[in-house]
Amino acid sequence: MRDTLAMTSVPITAPRPAGPILPLAVRDLVLRFGGTTVLDGVSFDLGPAGCTMIMGPNGAGKSLLLKLLHGLIHPTGGGIDWAGRAPAEVTARQALVFQKPVLLRRSVAANIDFVLKARGKTGDRRDALLDHVGLAHKAGQPARLLSGGEAQRLALARALATDPEVLFLDEPTASLDPASVLAIEAIVSAALARGTRIVFVTHDIGQARRMADDVVFLHRGRVAEHSPADLFFPEPQSAAARDYLNGRIVV
Amino acid sequence: MSGRHVAAIVAALLFAGGAAAQEQSIIVQSTTSTANSGLYDYLLPIFKDKTGIQVNVVAVGTGQAIKNAENCDGDVLLVHAKPAEEKFVAAGFGTERTDLMYNDFVIVGPASDPAGVGGMDDVQGALATIADKGALFASRGDDSGTHKKEMALWADSGVDPTAASGQWYRETGSGMGATLNAGIGMGAYVMTDRATWISFANKQDYAIQVQGDADMFNQYGVIPVNPEKCPSVNVEAARAFADWLVSAEGQAAIAGYKVADQQLFFPNAPGN
Amino acid sequence: MQSLGDAFGLAVALVFSGDADLLEIVVLSLRVSLTATAIACLIGLPLGALVAIGRFPGRNAVLIVMNALMGLPPVVVGLLVYLHLSRSGPLGFLGLLYTPMAMIIAQTILIAPIVAALSRQVLEDLHAEYSEQFRSLCLTRVQTVQALIWDARYSLLTVGLAGFGRAVAEVGAVIIVGGNIDHLTRVMTTAIALETSKGDLALALALGLVLLVIALGVNAAVQSVRMTAARQAYA
Repeated sequence: MRDTLAMTSVPITAPRPAGPILPLAVRDLVLRFGGTTVLDGVSFDLGPAGCTMIMGPNGAGKSLLLKLLHGLIHPTGGGIDWAGRAPAEVTARQALVFQKPVLLRRSVAANIDFVLKARGKTGDRRDALLDHVGLAHKAGQPARLLSGGEAQRLALARALATDPEVLFLDEPTASLDPASVLAIEAIVSAALARGTRIVFVTHDIGQARRMADDVVFLHRGRVAEHSPADLFFPEPQSAAARDYLNGRIVV
Repeated sequence: MSGRHVAAIVAALLFAGGAAAQEQSIIVQSTTSTANSGLYDYLLPIFKDKTGIQVNVVAVGTGQAIKNAENCDGDVLLVHAKPAEEKFVAAGFGTERTDLMYNDFVIVGPASDPAGVGGMDDVQGALATIADKGALFASRGDDSGTHKKEMALWADSGVDPTAASGQWYRETGSGMGATLNAGIGMGAYVMTDRATWISFANKQDYAIQVQGDADMFNQYGVIPVNPEKCPSVNVEAARAFADWLVSAEGQAAIAGYKVADQQLFFPNAPGN
Repeated sequence: MQSLGDAFGLAVALVFSGDADLLEIVVLSLRVSLTATAIACLIGLPLGALVAIGRFPGRNAVLIVMNALMGLPPVVVGLLVYLHLSRSGPLGFLGLLYTPMAMIIAQTILIAPIVAALSRQVLEDLHAEYSEQFRSLCLTRVQTVQALIWDARYSLLTVGLAGFGRAVAEVGAVIIVGGNIDHLTRVMTTAIALETSKGDLALALALGLVLLVIALGVNAAVQSVRMTAARQAYA
C-alpha cells in the first residue's frame, strides 16, 4: 500500500501557516471531574517529529489527554505549551480521529467536501484524498453505510484534508479487522513520512511496536514511563508497563 | 435545498396568483344573517357585471362589524341595528344611513314545543311564557343586531333572562348559525331572522313557533364609511355600491332573491 | 348520525366533480399554509439551532418561553395580527387586512414557535453527536448551524410537517384576519366553519374529509422522502 501511495499524482497537502507549534511541553497536568481525579500531575515533552504512542490500562485518561492537548477540554490545573501557544490557539492546525468516527449524514465525497469548504481549501483535492485512503470507488455512497474500516479511513481522509501539523488518533483501529488495521497504519505512516507529527492512543501492542518512535505510558493518572520505542518494548522501565506488556491486568 | 432555494419557493408561493389583474374592490362589513342566507352570492355577481367592482364581504356579528368599520377595515357597513347604526353615523364614521330592506325575526322551537308558545303572535307574551316555564332558550349573546333586538324584546316583556344565564337561558356567544346548531342540539327556543332560518339546512324537527308581531320587524341599513375618518376608503366604489343597493334596480334584485320559493328580504329604501 | 354517510358521499362527489370553487379553496389553503410553513422554518430553524448549540445566560427561560408559545391560541394570534394590520393599527397603511398575506402572517406567528421548539430538540440531539468533531474542525457557529440543519433535514421535515398541520387546520386566526371572503380569503377551515353556521353539516363534514385527505397526502409525501433518506442512512 505504501508503494501505491507514493504514486499518487495530485498533491494531498497544501502550504502550512508560519510558526512552528512544536515542540510540546506538558507540565503537571491535572484533570478532575467532580470528585474523580483522572490526570494527576502529567508531565512530558514531545519533539518536533515522529510518532508517539500513548499507552496505558483502561481508564488511565489517554483519550482525555488527547482532548486536552487538542484544546477540546480544559485542564483543572497545570500547563500545555505548544511552542509558546495554548491548545485552543492551535486546534485548527491539528486534527483528531476519534475511536468511533463521527460521519456526516451525507455521501462519502460530501464528507470531504464539507471539511475542505469549511476550511476554505480548494475542492479539487477531494478525489486525491479519497484515492489516497482507497475510497475513490465509494465517493457517491452514503458515508454512514460504510463498513467500520472504511468509515475510519474516511475519517482519516477528512482529518488529512485539514493539513494538520499534528494528527491525534484515539484508538482508530479498535475492533477493526486486521486488513483494515494495516490499511489505516499505512495511511498514518504516509502522513508521518510527509512530516506530520503523530500522537496515537492504542491498546494494540503489536500496532505500537510497528508504529512507535516513543511511548508515553500512563498509569493511575501519571506518566509512569516515557521511553523511546526501542527501549520501551524490550526493557520497560516501570513495573506497570512491564506488567501491561506481559498481558497482566494493570489497574 | 439551500437557503436560496427555500427563499425562491417562498417568493413563488407568496406571489402565486397575486399577479391577477388589479380590479376595483371594496370590503363590506356585514352580518352573518345576510351572508349565511346566500343574499350576497346572488346580489354581488349582478353588481359586478354592471360595474366591474369586486365586493368582498366580511360576515360577522353587527357589533363586531361596526367596530371593524370604526377601525377603517371596511368601505361599507350593512347591518341591522338601527340605534347603533345611527350612533356610528353621528360619531362621524359613516356618511349617511339609508334604510335598505327588512325581514322579520321569528322564534323557532322543537316540535314538542315544551313552553306551549306555538302559534302565538305576541312576542313579549311568548317570551314571558318561556321564562315562566323555564324552557330552554338559546341566545346569541354576542352583541350582534339580533342579540340587541332580542334583549330589547325581553326588556319589553319584563323579564331579565340574564339572571337565569347558564340555567334555562343559554348564551352561546356565537353567530346565528352556530347558535341555531347549539339551540337545536339542546332543544332550546332560538330567536332568528327569517332569512337565516329559511336557508338554514340543519332544521331537524324545528319549526317557527312565534311570528307576526310588528315588534319583530328587522330593518337593515346601509352606510358608506366616511373617508374623512378613514382616508383608505374606496369612496367611489363604496358610494356606487350603496347607491346601487337603494336604486330601483338594486331593490328589485333584493326582492328577486328567493330560497325555496320564499322571498327572504323585502326592499324598503326610501324613494322606491 | 345520518350526516356522516351523507358527508362521505358528498366528499367523494365534490372531489370528482372538479368543482372550481372547491379547487380554489384547496389551492388557497395550501398556498397560505405552505408559505407560512416555509417562512416559519426560515425563522424558526435558525432560532432553534442557536438555542440548541448555544450556552448563554437565560437559555432555560428562552426554552420555557419557546415551548409555551407552542400553545398560542389561534384566536389570540388572529386578534393581535388584526390589531396591527387594521387600518387604524400601526401597520394599517400596508393594506394587508383581509388578504391572503394577512393569513400567512398570522399562521407564521402561530407555527414559528412550534418549528423553533421542535427543531431545537432535533438539533440539540444531533449536536450532541457532532459537537466534539465540529470543535476539532474549528467550525464557526454559522458553519455549525448550517451543517446541523442540513444533516437533520429529514427529521426537520417532520418538524415542518407538524407546523404545516397546525397551520392548515386552524380556523381561529385566519377567520379574523382573512375575513372568510369568498374567492379571496376563504380557505378550507373557514369554509367548514361557514357551512356549519349555515347548518349544512354534511357539506361541512365533506369539506373536512377533503382537508383530511390533503393532510394525508402531504404526510405520505414527506414520509416517502424520509424512508428513501433512511435507506441511505441520511435520516
